[in-house]
Amino acid sequence: MGNKQTIFTAQQLDAYQVSDHVYSILFYRYRDLAPQLVPLDYTNNPDVKLPYELIGSMPELKDNPFRQRIAEVFSEDGEGNMTLNDFLDMFSVLSEMAPRDLKAYYAFKIYDFNNDDFICKSDLEKTLNKLTRNELTEEEVRMVCEKVLDEADLDNDGRLSLDDFQHMILRAPEFLSTFHIRI
Amino acid sequence: EELEKLKEAVEDRKKLIQGLRGKPWPMKQKLVTLRESQEFVEKYEGALGKGKGRKFYAYKVMMTKKWMKFQRDFENFKTACIPWEMKIKEIEHFGSSVASYFLFLRWMYGINMILFGLTFGLVMVPEALMGRPYGSIPRKTVPRAEEGSAMDFAVLWDFGGYAQYSVLFYGFYNNQRAIGWLKYRLPLSYFLVGVGTVAYSYMVVIRRMARNANEGGVGDDNSFNFSWKMFTSWDYLIGNPETADNKFASITTSFKEAILEEQESRKDDNIHLTRFLRVLANFLVLCCLAGSGYLIYFVVRRSQKFTLDGLENHSWWERNEVNMVMSLLGMFCPMLFDVISALENYHPRVALQWQLGRIFALFLGNLYTFIIALMDEINVKSQREEEKIVKYNITMWEGSLYNGTLSENNTAAPITVHPADVPRGPCWETMVGQEFVRLIISDTMTTYITLLIGDFLRAVLVRFLNYCWCWDLEAGFPSYSEFDVSGNVLGLIFNQGMIMGAFYAPCLPALNVLRLHVSMYLQCWAVMCCNVPQERVFKASGSNNFYMAMLLVILFLSTLPAIYTIVSIPPSFDCGPF
Repeated sequence: MGNKQTIFTAQQLDAYQVSDHVYSILFYRYRDLAPQLVPLDYTNNPDVKLPYELIGSMPELKDNPFRQRIAEVFSEDGEGNMTLNDFLDMFSVLSEMAPRDLKAYYAFKIYDFNNDDFICKSDLEKTLNKLTRNELTEEEVRMVCEKVLDEADLDNDGRLSLDDFQHMILRAPEFLSTFHIRI
Repeated sequence: EELEKLKEAVEDRKKLIQGLRGKPWPMKQKLVTLRESQEFVEKYEGALGKGKGRKFYAYKVMMTKKWMKFQRDFENFKTACIPWEMKIKEIEHFGSSVASYFLFLRWMYGINMILFGLTFGLVMVPEALMGRPYGSIPRKTVPRAEEGSAMDFAVLWDFGGYAQYSVLFYGFYNNQRAIGWLKYRLPLSYFLVGVGTVAYSYMVVIRRMARNANEGGVGDDNSFNFSWKMFTSWDYLIGNPETADNKFASITTSFKEAILEEQESRKDDNIHLTRFLRVLANFLVLCCLAGSGYLIYFVVRRSQKFTLDGLENHSWWERNEVNMVMSLLGMFCPMLFDVISALENYHPRVALQWQLGRIFALFLGNLYTFIIALMDEINVKSQREEEKIVKYNITMWEGSLYNGTLSENNTAAPITVHPADVPRGPCWETMVGQEFVRLIISDTMTTYITLLIGDFLRAVLVRFLNYCWCWDLEAGFPSYSEFDVSGNVLGLIFNQGMIMGAFYAPCLPALNVLRLHVSMYLQCWAVMCCNVPQERVFKASGSNNFYMAMLLVILFLSTLPAIYTIVSIPPSFDCGPF
């Protein structure tokens, strides 16, 4: 597997606070996506970005309807092109070790398609259509979105703020187990 | 003052470093903050040490650093040690519900390993090493009458013959208070290990339940129904297209159902018909349960009559009737319940809970009828009379031996009688132990055979006959089988309940460990090779307190008979450590 010390300095290892084992696995997965672009030696923090197409084709992500949003949320440039730091960030938030609040925060950003810090009706419609692959009729979609706003919109402004979303999602029994990717 | 402020600042930075993981900052920002904080802490920590206790402070800091490094290494080591981690990761691509079953299996395996360690190390090994060896005293030897057939495979498979007179069963153990050069108190240890296994099982289950209760949110809350459906129904673990397709389909169906329910909750028609049908369905289910209970009781009594006649006079079916009947009931009754529940017209999730509850009642009823029938056999009165008869026989027999040497009054030469010739008393504990062991073995065999036939053979047939069959086998009737998570979890739970009969057969935990080990590999293979992902995905896992509660109930209910027998029925005089 190679000596970890040659890839990163000891301090960099300390910084990430995941177990070393998981850390090397993540690095090698990142590198496997494009071996010619990613160097083996990261001690000088090279500036390498992998395009979204490579990230979206990973087996863990390729069947996920939200993969584009996930990549956009975690990437620095907001387009889905990820550096190693972004990559590590993404998998550490989606791992089972991440705290609930952190996951809720990032889930909110993922489902906020237009990036306006609120989940509005159009965001809800897009989410639902991605989930059902457009199989529901317009009437049904409209009804579901109204029900969701009914249930979760506490300040009654017609859209979900981060607080509304967190209040709702932290009570969900299945949130932690579904919002989880293992690598 | 200034030193205090500096100390506080260092503590704050340290807290920041610890909490950095939970902050939703991008990685770059975290790295920068981390580097700054670490430099700050290093620079000033040294300075803080000036004045009193500097050396001690520096020492404390160094020890904390070393301790943290040790903890990290230990964590790494622990994660590398977890068995079957890779296998479960592969299964997780099928979705979290199937993987949850295997996680549960692994947890049970851990518990059983510990139980096995206890019984093996503290009871079986001391007796085998330090107790009187085989053949030295009557209770440890095969009686002369049975000696001829003691090595036969058929007898051994039934756990008679040499297997019966070995450390595997209760009857072998001597009632000597302390054995060997260690003065090991075997009877005490036997009893304590029995109590210990029960206590340990309870403790583990309750601890798990407490942990789940802390983590989980409210289970049955319906106030966020649609929101949760929208935001938590996609399983991010899914990594294969087939499962993804199924998941999309099931999400769509689930939404459509919820919408329908929402619309229909405005109108409730014909509630009387529904109520009547539900009462009728429950009545039918009760009839089934009563019928199966009676059948088992009848079969157990019949098998006791057969043993009295001597086993050789009966066919294989008649010898194994009890186990076969119980396994078959366990297979067919749930299907019957499924059909009956079509009358009830419940929401699928509610229907599943009813189904699970009924299967639970079925297994429980079967287990209890089995135990009660056994109890009837150990009927105290007949036991006492038999013991009296045997004791009388023994005194007569001894008298006849001494008669020849009565002429020499004082020097009574020790009479060497081969232990196999001594008349033996009845030993109901070993019999009970044997019944449990046979039950577990036949249950295991049935499970594996159903797996092979129901899943593997079916998949092979569907795949190859599809080319030359009139209708589409894959989409239509047989098709591939799904992995029934809840059924399998229930099976595991009941298996564990049966192990509680281990007081009379110390070999049960060992058997169970073996069984779970094989199950893991066999079921993993079956899931990956022959099963398709479930269409309706309902979660069933250890994190759900429903299954933990069932496990607790089973543990409690299966220790009841053991306790009852220990308390009320006197132990055999010729058998075992008491």
